[in-house]
Amino acid sequence: MAEENPAKPFYSVLILAFVCSALVAGAAVGLRPLQEANRQLDKKKHILYAAGLFQEGKSIEEMFAPIETKIVELASGEFVPETTVSPNSYNQLKAALSNSTGRSLTSEEDIAKLRRLEKYSLVYLVRENERVSQIILPVRGKGLWSTMFAYVALDGDLTTIRGVSFYEHGETPGLGGEVENKRWQDGWRGKKIYGDGGKVALQVVKGKGANIEPQKSHQIDGLSGATLTTKGVDSLMEFWFGDHGFKPFFARLKETKEKTNG
Amino acid sequence: MAETKTELLSRSIFKRNPIALLVLGICSALAVTGQMTSALVMSICVTLVVAFSSLTISIVRHHIPSTVRIGLQIIVIATMVILVDQVLKAFYFDLSKQLSIYVGLIITNCIVMGRAEGFAMSNPPIPSFIDGIGNGLGYGFVLLSVSFVRELFGSGSLFGVEVLPLTTNGGWYIRNGMLILPASAFFLIALLIWLLRSIDPSQQEKN
Repeated sequence: MAEENPAKPFYSVLILAFVCSALVAGAAVGLRPLQEANRQLDKKKHILYAAGLFQEGKSIEEMFAPIETKIVELASGEFVPETTVSPNSYNQLKAALSNSTGRSLTSEEDIAKLRRLEKYSLVYLVRENERVSQIILPVRGKGLWSTMFAYVALDGDLTTIRGVSFYEHGETPGLGGEVENKRWQDGWRGKKIYGDGGKVALQVVKGKGANIEPQKSHQIDGLSGATLTTKGVDSLMEFWFGDHGFKPFFARLKETKEKTNG
Repeated sequence: MAETKTELLSRSIFKRNPIALLVLGICSALAVTGQMTSALVMSICVTLVVAFSSLTISIVRHHIPSTVRIGLQIIVIATMVILVDQVLKAFYFDLSKQLSIYVGLIITNCIVMGRAEGFAMSNPPIPSFIDGIGNGLGYGFVLLSVSFVRELFGSGSLFGVEVLPLTTNGGWYIRNGMLILPASAFFLIALLIWLLRSIDPSQQEKN
């Protein structure tokens, strides 16, 4: 077949590769809006999982309606008005990459191995009778292979975990991938993030967490066979609830609470 | 080829099953047979990919120079797999999340390549398409049989619906831990090959 013309292989490869790449590009571009909508819906679902508000059979948009989406400046802890950054279109990961809306982390700061941190973060508030009853925060950090993404729901007291939901990761299925396991995530409920003195006391320990107070309320069972994933989860919690994460935001929230009370 | 179309379709399911007789595509058969739902979706995806890649390759087979044929086959297969993956992500997001990397790994599924090289390169488009569907169904048949046993006795459910109430959920059935592990699919596939070869002794290898 190919003997007639030595240039023929080149032509056929070129033409086929061109047709195939056109097909792939067409599908990727054409289906992107649908995929993006799915991804957003999936995130909302996990926010609801974390908050414990997910109910089978109801539509996600309906359940999500009472949840308020806000943007917070991480360094100052202030809410950012919607006119500056719109919460609906804000892409946190993209923001981290640009120099105007993000910055690089130094190696001492960067315990969760994020490399870059955005200036603003999304937060989700659930209100009950005008008071904030739950705050759901997006967190992320490196595990063994991949960056793990999760939502952590906190009680109005800003230290008790109401729920957690890991929604994207590339850890080994069956070992580190067990961060997805609902039963393991249930073990987070009721744990306290901050110990005495406002330091992050929450730990994801190797093996089983302590059974006696005061450690019991701060320790979460590690995942067996996944030491590095467990370590990653531990340090991402330490980072996001520390000074570079949401701690300034919590301080600001407590301040305004005291003001309104007094 | 003197085979009729129905023969072409059915021979790949029992007589010349890609997994049981040709022992191709074992890797994904281990990975996705823990639950029947994922096995079913995987079978559908593989069937579509084999059928359409065989069809495409058969259409352009006279223009494929033999020196670069493997590369060209891979390009066609990879395109099909990416299309399937994109469509899954757009319309069946939860499933695509569950199957994650395995959809992408269809590219390396030996059945697809095997049919392209072994059948589509030397046969007209329509028989190639049917042969692709047949092989996909044969693959699906093994996947579903294995996942039926694994999910029923390993997790006490079928298609995610509880059939045998597990002791961990307050029922009476003690789950078989081995069947949850991918390696158990090896034993089940081996038993299936044994069964098929006892029914049809012509599949047995001669010493």
